[in-house]
Amino acid sequence: MSISHTLLGLLESGPRHGYDLKRAFDERFGHDRPLHYGQVYSTMSRLLKNGLIEVDGVEAGGGPERKRYAITDAGVTDVAEWLARPEKPEPYLQSVLYTKVVLALLTERDAAELLDTQRAEHLRLMRDLTRRKKDGDLADQLICDHALFHLEADLRWLELTAARLDKLAKEVRR
Amino acid sequence: MTTPTATGALLSAHDLHKTYGSTPALAGADFQIHAGEVVAVMGPSGSGKSTLLHCLAGIVPPDSGTVRYKDRDLSAMADAGRSALRRSEFGFVFQFGQLVPELTCTENVALPLRLVGVHRKEANARAREWLERLEVDDVHDHRPGQVSGGQGQRVAIARALVGNPGVIFADEPTGALDSLNGERVMELLTDAARDTRAAVVLVTHESRVAAYSDREVVVRDGKARDMAGVG
Ligand SMILES: Nc1ncnc2c1ncn2[C@@H]1O[C@H](COP(=O)(O)OP(=O)(O)OP(=O)(O)O)[C@@H](O)[C@H]1O
Ligand SMILES: [Mg+2]
Repeated sequence: MSISHTLLGLLESGPRHGYDLKRAFDERFGHDRPLHYGQVYSTMSRLLKNGLIEVDGVEAGGGPERKRYAITDAGVTDVAEWLARPEKPEPYLQSVLYTKVVLALLTERDAAELLDTQRAEHLRLMRDLTRRKKDGDLADQLICDHALFHLEADLRWLELTAARLDKLAKEVRR
Repeated sequence: MTTPTATGALLSAHDLHKTYGSTPALAGADFQIHAGEVVAVMGPSGSGKSTLLHCLAGIVPPDSGTVRYKDRDLSAMADAGRSALRRSEFGFVFQFGQLVPELTCTENVALPLRLVGVHRKEANARAREWLERLEVDDVHDHRPGQVSGGQGQRVAIARALVGNPGVIFADEPTGALDSLNGERVMELLTDAARDTRAAVVLVTHESRVAAYSDREVVVRDGKARDMAGVG
């Protein structure tokens, strides 16, 4: 999962201090793997260098955790591009897709569109695999079937999430 | 009046509305399909997929909007005309309960031909060819109650194809089958349709079944979205 895009997306919903950003990330996405402060600050310095964020204020006392960061227009564009780009379908995508959906809702983007785009991408790959299966031998068929069943599970998750989007939006924006 | 039909579409619908009581089943649905094309119609339960299929096939008249097949406007035709068109141009496969229990499998498959005046011998011979192609000729003299679900479904597909239809309408054709049978049925259906240049409107909620299509349309809240250009 792209930590820098996730942090950038969190900044889009409002400027935050480094410690605040880490806390927001851990609460929403870091249940099993909280971020280190080091990761946050190395990411912030890279995003600063690339012009995707800027320092919006510094609290007295110094130290990197006292800086307040804000997203720039270039940063907003970068988040938009990342959210709109479908992920390459593969097993165990859920965490990045979940992150994208939550961020889209947080930043008031069209989360349904994101899910539809991903759905189309999944079905495209499923079609390719189905064709390959037809032309292949038994080994090809078994390998393709394995992939197809995993993709099917992803797709069911996408559909279920689409159906629960209004509910999720309420919880996320609370 | 001219309706905006995409060039070359075999069957197309524009701005379909259909309300049952106070339930809007279709609310401005558009659709089109070309000869030889297999289109999957997907979407949540109750979104209007079957209603769309019924309107496209002329089984249910929409409240408003147009349906065109070749150069004919179904929405302007009387019931009798639409029935005749259905018999001669369309084939149907549903989830269950479609074979006539009193007839043998051969007679079931021959039925659409008999209804348009083909003689018994000729109709039965053509039925046997399709039963063979769908790998169920061994049960040709059984009645529907004496065959398995998968065999019955293949017989139903043979019946949908026997009249060389322009469009085959299939509503959850594999809904009652296990994965292996469902996939074989899809393979046989799509191969046969491509060979005869029939278009297939395939309603399904299973993505592995939809993967046999050329493109998918998602129905939500009575509107149909073509996913071909998405992403
Ligand atoms: N004959 C009917 N009389 C009354 N209401 C109907 C009729 N047919 C459909 N409806 C209603 O219209 C809406 C759309 O139904 P439709 O059967 O088209 O959905 P569907 O997408 O095919 O669902 P499913 O996946 O469950 O088969 C539903 O709310 C349904 O209850
Ligand atoms: Mg239905």
